[in-house]
Amino acid sequence: MNDHSLPGTTMDQPTTTPHSPHSPHHGASASAGGASGAASAANISTPATIAIEMRNFSAWYSKNQVLHAIDLDIAAKQVCALIGPSGCGKSTLLRWLNRMNDTIAGARATGGLSLHGAALLDASLDVVDLRRRVGMVFQKPNPFPKSIFDNVAFGPRLHRVYSRTDLEELVEQSLRASALWDEVKDRLTSSALGLSGGQQQRLCIARAIAVGPELLLMDEPCSALDPRSTASIEELIRELRATYTIVIVTHNMQQASRVSDATAFFYEGKLIETGPTDVLFTAPKERRTEDYVTGRFG
Amino acid sequence: MLGKPISQSKKMRLNRMLMIGCLAATTIAVLVLSALLVSIAIEGTSSLSWSFLTSFASRKPSQAGILAPLMGSVWVCTICAVVAIPVGISTAIYLEEFARRSRVKRLIQLNISNLSGVPSIVYGILALVAFVRFFGIRPSDEPWTFGNSQSIWYLQIPFGPSVIAGGLTLALVVLPIMIISSQEALRAVPPSLRQAALALGSTQWQVVWRVTLPAALPTMMTGAILSMSRAIGEAAPLLVIGGFLLVFQTPANLMSDFTVLPLQIFNWSGRPQADFHKIAAAAILVQLVVLLAFNSIAIIIRQKLQRPLQS
Repeated sequence: MNDHSLPGTTMDQPTTTPHSPHSPHHGASASAGGASGAASAANISTPATIAIEMRNFSAWYSKNQVLHAIDLDIAAKQVCALIGPSGCGKSTLLRWLNRMNDTIAGARATGGLSLHGAALLDASLDVVDLRRRVGMVFQKPNPFPKSIFDNVAFGPRLHRVYSRTDLEELVEQSLRASALWDEVKDRLTSSALGLSGGQQQRLCIARAIAVGPELLLMDEPCSALDPRSTASIEELIRELRATYTIVIVTHNMQQASRVSDATAFFYEGKLIETGPTDVLFTAPKERRTEDYVTGRFG
Repeated sequence: MLGKPISQSKKMRLNRMLMIGCLAATTIAVLVLSALLVSIAIEGTSSLSWSFLTSFASRKPSQAGILAPLMGSVWVCTICAVVAIPVGISTAIYLEEFARRSRVKRLIQLNISNLSGVPSIVYGILALVAFVRFFGIRPSDEPWTFGNSQSIWYLQIPFGPSVIAGGLTLALVVLPIMIISSQEALRAVPPSLRQAALALGSTQWQVVWRVTLPAALPTMMTGAILSMSRAIGEAAPLLVIGGFLLVFQTPANLMSDFTVLPLQIFNWSGRPQADFHKIAAAAILVQLVVLLAFNSIAIIIRQKLQRPLQS
């Protein structure tokens, strides 16, 4: 797999959005297995700018408050894992970051929530533009019933008019960045539904990064996958960290410790503890955090 | 363990009885239908010929043909399809994808469901007032005219008992079915696909146009063609608006007089002479072939469009 150093800027992107689905880490892949603590520790030492800022952030579904006064900063170009038992509000939080909650009747939120300084709860916010800048990967792989190519090209085509060669280049970049190119390059025109579950999920990641997002949201991206596909997605997440800010919801403690730089533990809608992943897992300050990460409850 | 056990033999007996009952019901339905088909085929095949398809009606049964009703059915159903399919699909899209949950939406929904059960003759009365007479706003002997009377687009208002009035009447009849089947097709599209499209920054319209509609279209087309099969078999509402029973020309434009196959069958089967019953049976055979053709098209479309969706 050659590194294929493409001039990422040939596609005359709007200046406001960095667009480089091409991951520099790609090709020099990290070993799939036990690189747990070492990788994250290395990244934490580098000073990071804040991508997401939450201040006194609360959220409701109708009268049911699911998040209580959350204060949380998420660093740019790091992987932040949101953990906690089911129903603790972590998925809700994720779905406010790209305002997918707008589609749910009765969902509302108060407080401060900003992405690179832009207030996300602002009524005047262009939600369509926000979602272009924030990619999302869902729990179950949900490729469109279209060809592999058309799946990846779907997002770009929503926003810009491309020449065929530009589009092909962009699709290839995105598929390479999601480590799927070698497996599908000979059947780009066949249906995405013919891929395995793990391949479908990587296709969904390729589809998300083809739009050139700043932030990737992943809502339990491996919960519907077998261990092998899970390993490949985790490896991919570690590679994507160089280019994107990633927020991942997971129920799998090992996964959180393997892929994330920082972890936030939620319980009953409250943020209990947050910190660098290795610290939170080895020396948690809160008793409940310790009970949860060691598997005593949840 | 709690409860008294049910003996295995009793369970098996019940199982057998239910199976036999269902089989009997199916057999009765199939038998009745085949008896009908066979008797029609026996009576009608002798009259079927090329000249039967290409001649106009006649006082002599041996010379009568179904060219006028056949072409009338084609015209009326084409107009019906051109009106009912886009309007039905758009309405379904609005109700399913755009309308917010509200009392008004529920009221509309309830009305559509009710309308799909209204006898078609009632639509005939509505169409008579609205399309044929134009609410009496303009007397029919001095209509507003649009365009050249030789042109295919020539229009008069009120329409009178013309091809376009017939097509619009049938569109009214099938619209509720069309809307409901399209709504069901849209509801069958997994919400996860809409979410995926929204999360990529689609507008609501882009979601509909690029994801939901393509995924729902095969099912919608099936519904559309089944609606058309219903339209092609309707006689009652067209009788009410004054569809003609004997027509000696094929439609030339939207204002032409027309008759359709069911009306012609109705006319012939009501006559005392046995020979007319024979040609009525032959017309029924033609009608059945047309229906079968419609349904086959529905199946082919569904197969063709669905193939790329599967692996």
